Amino acid sequence: MLEPRIIKALEEIVGDKNVSTEKADLICYSYDATQQKFLPGVVVHPGSTEEISRIMQLANAERIPVFPRGAGSGFTGGSLPTKGGIVLTTERMDQILEIDQENLVAVVQPGVVTEAFQQAVEKVGLFYPPDPASLKFSTLGGNVAECAGGPRCVKYGVTKDYILGLEVVTPTGDVITTGGPTMKGVVGYDLTKLMCGSEGTLGIISRIVIKLLPLPEAKKTMLVLFDSIDGAAQAVSAIIAHKIIPTTLEFMDGRTIDCVRQATSLQVPEAARAVLIIEVDGDREFLDKQARRIAEIIAPLGVVETRIAETPAESEALWQIRRSVSASLRKVNPDKFNEDICVPRSKVPEMIRRIDAIAEKYAIPIVNFGHAGDGNIHVNIMIDKKVEGELEKAEKAIEEVFKGALALGGTMSGEHGVGIAKAPYIPLEITEQSAAYMKAIKKALDPNNILNPGKIFLDN
Amino acid sequence: MKKLEDYREEIEQCVKCGACRAHCPVFGAEKHEGRVARGKVALAHALLEGEVDLEAKVLEDFSQCLLCGSCCAQCPNKVPTEEIVAAARRRIAGEKGLTSFGKGVAAVLGRPKLMNALAKTGGALSSLLFKKLPENSGLRLRFPAPYLDAERTLPPIAAKPFRETVPELIPGREGMPTVAFFTGCGINYMYPAVGEAFVKALRFLGVTVLIPKDQACCGLPAVSAGAEQTVEQLAAQNLQALTRQKADFVVTACASCNAGVGKIYAELGEEYESLAKKTKDIFVFLAEHGLVEKLAALPKAQQRKKVTYHDPCHLRTRGITKEPRQILAALPQVEFVEMANAGTCCGLGGTYSVYHYETSKQIGAKKAASIADSGAELVATDCPGCIMQLQDSVNHAHGKARAVHILELLAEALPED
Ligand SMILES: Cc1cc2nc3c(=O)[nH]c(=O)nc-3n(C[C@H](O)[C@H](O)[C@H](O)COP(=O)(O)OP(=O)(O)OC[C@H]3O[C@@H](n4cnc5c(N)ncnc54)[C@H](O)[C@@H]3O)c2cc1C
Ligand code: SF4
Ligand code: SF4
Repeated sequence: MLEPRIIKALEEIVGDKNVSTEKADLICYSYDATQQKFLPGVVVHPGSTEEISRIMQLANAERIPVFPRGAGSGFTGGSLPTKGGIVLTTERMDQILEIDQENLVAVVQPGVVTEAFQQAVEKVGLFYPPDPASLKFSTLGGNVAECAGGPRCVKYGVTKDYILGLEVVTPTGDVITTGGPTMKGVVGYDLTKLMCGSEGTLGIISRIVIKLLPLPEAKKTMLVLFDSIDGAAQAVSAIIAHKIIPTTLEFMDGRTIDCVRQATSLQVPEAARAVLIIEVDGDREFLDKQARRIAEIIAPLGVVETRIAETPAESEALWQIRRSVSASLRKVNPDKFNEDICVPRSKVPEMIRRIDAIAEKYAIPIVNFGHAGDGNIHVNIMIDKKVEGELEKAEKAIEEVFKGALALGGTMSGEHGVGIAKAPYIPLEITEQSAAYMKAIKKALDPNNILNPGKIFLDN
Repeated sequence: MKKLEDYREEIEQCVKCGACRAHCPVFGAEKHEGRVARGKVALAHALLEGEVDLEAKVLEDFSQCLLCGSCCAQCPNKVPTEEIVAAARRRIAGEKGLTSFGKGVAAVLGRPKLMNALAKTGGALSSLLFKKLPENSGLRLRFPAPYLDAERTLPPIAAKPFRETVPELIPGREGMPTVAFFTGCGINYMYPAVGEAFVKALRFLGVTVLIPKDQACCGLPAVSAGAEQTVEQLAAQNLQALTRQKADFVVTACASCNAGVGKIYAELGEEYESLAKKTKDIFVFLAEHGLVEKLAALPKAQQRKKVTYHDPCHLRTRGITKEPRQILAALPQVEFVEMANAGTCCGLGGTYSVYHYETSKQIGAKKAASIADSGAELVATDCPGCIMQLQDSVNHAHGKARAVHILELLAEALPED
């Protein structure tokens, strides 16, 4: 419980309407998509950088932990108030401040929802490519803090590739700016990149300067069914070896297809054991040629069937297969552990084989799909928590999946971050020495360890 | 009716993904987790676990729901938030008593005779609920405080309730089905012209129409207020009225009534099942009976009105989106244009807009902007409640469009008999 004088001080900063210690509000800000629950002491809705700065000064002086929060759609518990304290939500800071069409730069507040931003720039013929599957509800602040990625990353890169500069409130309450609206800039250390993916542990992002691209004229979607995951993986390599970088290269493994089969009206033949959804974008006349070229390249690789969408509606129907995955998984088992390992592109089939072996060893279904183009595999370990021993088995399986990915030169997380969910496994991937440097940075910025403590590193 | 506890499994199906944040109109206006489905489901769970009591904030959050069902339609796990919220409201009413407005709803709706008497005396009604502006400009009526905002546009009260102006039985042609017309309160007391249009359309097809005089309100406003007993009482009365004479279908021209009789009643027990199953929306019925083709065969008017369509939540969430558009687009005097956000809630939400008029207006403002962007001069829909809210929203935005029922446009197009 926070002292009344602290609550009062917070009310003075943001107005009493924007501070709450009501049980109902504490419950509403106690969870995220990891489904774990920790009650905060107070929820604060600041409206400006200045207010965030004053909150941080207060929290730092009083040693109160602060947990930044966007939409609470994170999969690793980054926004969870694991130590009580203050949940600081950016929901009110949702303004697009500027879209500079001449310089292809935009400036936004952190609480802007990603899709709302995409639509705003697309209206003027510009393009913000990062597209996490949560784009309809997650915030740009949360995207930057997690360095979110999505299907289009294979061609366009991840969130950090579009962040030119930031305004950040440090854990001690200072307001700093990093980078700026220029395409180039090499003065000093690159704090922008440091902040991207720092999971709200190094500072609170209060303003974001974003690089934009011209909006591609059109896109073309194709769905290819393969008789094996190897065929699909070889197809990915072959396409890229032919110097074509599609916008997306999404794959689903055999188990995923089995789940989806009942959930979609599209017919998927039994022989299909892997699916690739390939999308290319660019000038309209060039797309047909490129789609044909791709079909030729992959034809010898165990293709069962190729479907090419001719209209946006047909394209949408093809994507529907991918979109129905998440809901259809629950038919396998009620509880899901969603890990998002990433391996070098060519190692995807090997990794899938390893995962299949792990699934067999522990006798629990594991369903894989993801972004083949960048080797990012969403590993879904499906269990029923109510069945005794399942949870323990799942935990063991997860650890083996991580070890498998690392052994293939991969990483434990391509996009969801560490948060609390993967913190116990950090020593598997990051050496003690590297971790010590990371912790030194944290210490320098947050001497009292009040900003999002307990995240990424267990002892932080 | 189902208790909050009966929804435990559904409540626990929420995986807290946050997807509903993109679709909840209340959250769109209020940007607060307590306002979105995920928050309400979390609170419902906390109530079941005894982690929170029915304190002011909890009541406030549960009151902040339009019961529009948009969240459920988009939820990967199909968590029925609107049902959960309605169950929570019943629990609240059970433990805390009805709110004073809820009491008013129960008192008036529970006694159709009272409602008729009030409507007939016209002026007398105004002393209870609202007052006509002296000049009575057709649409502008004034609600007195404390519940109703002076700025609100409302239709005038019908001089005579619709059901009192028509016979109970209007025979059709041999071999055509018999339809019981469930008029609902909106048509009966405020939009009798829609009722007349309904009859005209069915007569055009040769359908026999039954309009039982003793039918009551469908009960949806009572569901929204948590007035469980009133819902049950109204349902029982309607069951009797609608089954007294044999009808092949019960047809509604109000989305809320369609959900009330066609969906909510199904929860009340077996005896309601066949009634619920027989219930059809007017445009689904008309489309099934070949009206789209018949309209398409009519010569197109030279000067056509640009008309857009608003999806009432209670039809959209029941999967009825195609037929109203088909009929509208087939009308000879209509040039149909689709607007952006046709499927988002207008912001009425039954009693919601009475408690939360400011938020309701904000939600309506988005709709008004979409209507304006579409360039339509008319916004047609299939629910009297939506018509009222759409007109109010357009007026606040100083827009030009008029809100109408598709049936009114249909009646214009059909030959006089
Ligand atoms: C259905 C679903 C699909 C998803 N798909 C993807 C996907 O395809 N790709 C992907 O990368 N992720 C995905 N995610 C995960 C999640 O949506 C992303 O991590 C997203 O970036 C989180 O944004 P948020 O606004 O919800 O942030 P939150 O969950 O609220 O917070 C995430 C982290 O960011 C920090 N944070 C938030 N705002 C700020 C700020 N202003 N300053 C500093 N730190 C801040 C928090 O402290 C926390 O550590 C998905 C999640 C769901 C539920
Ligand atoms: S979309 Fe459904 S599962 Fe996801 S948070 Fe909302 S109610 Fe829960
Ligand atoms: S029913 Fe409508 S208003 Fe209520 S929580 Fe769901 S989306 Fe929001």
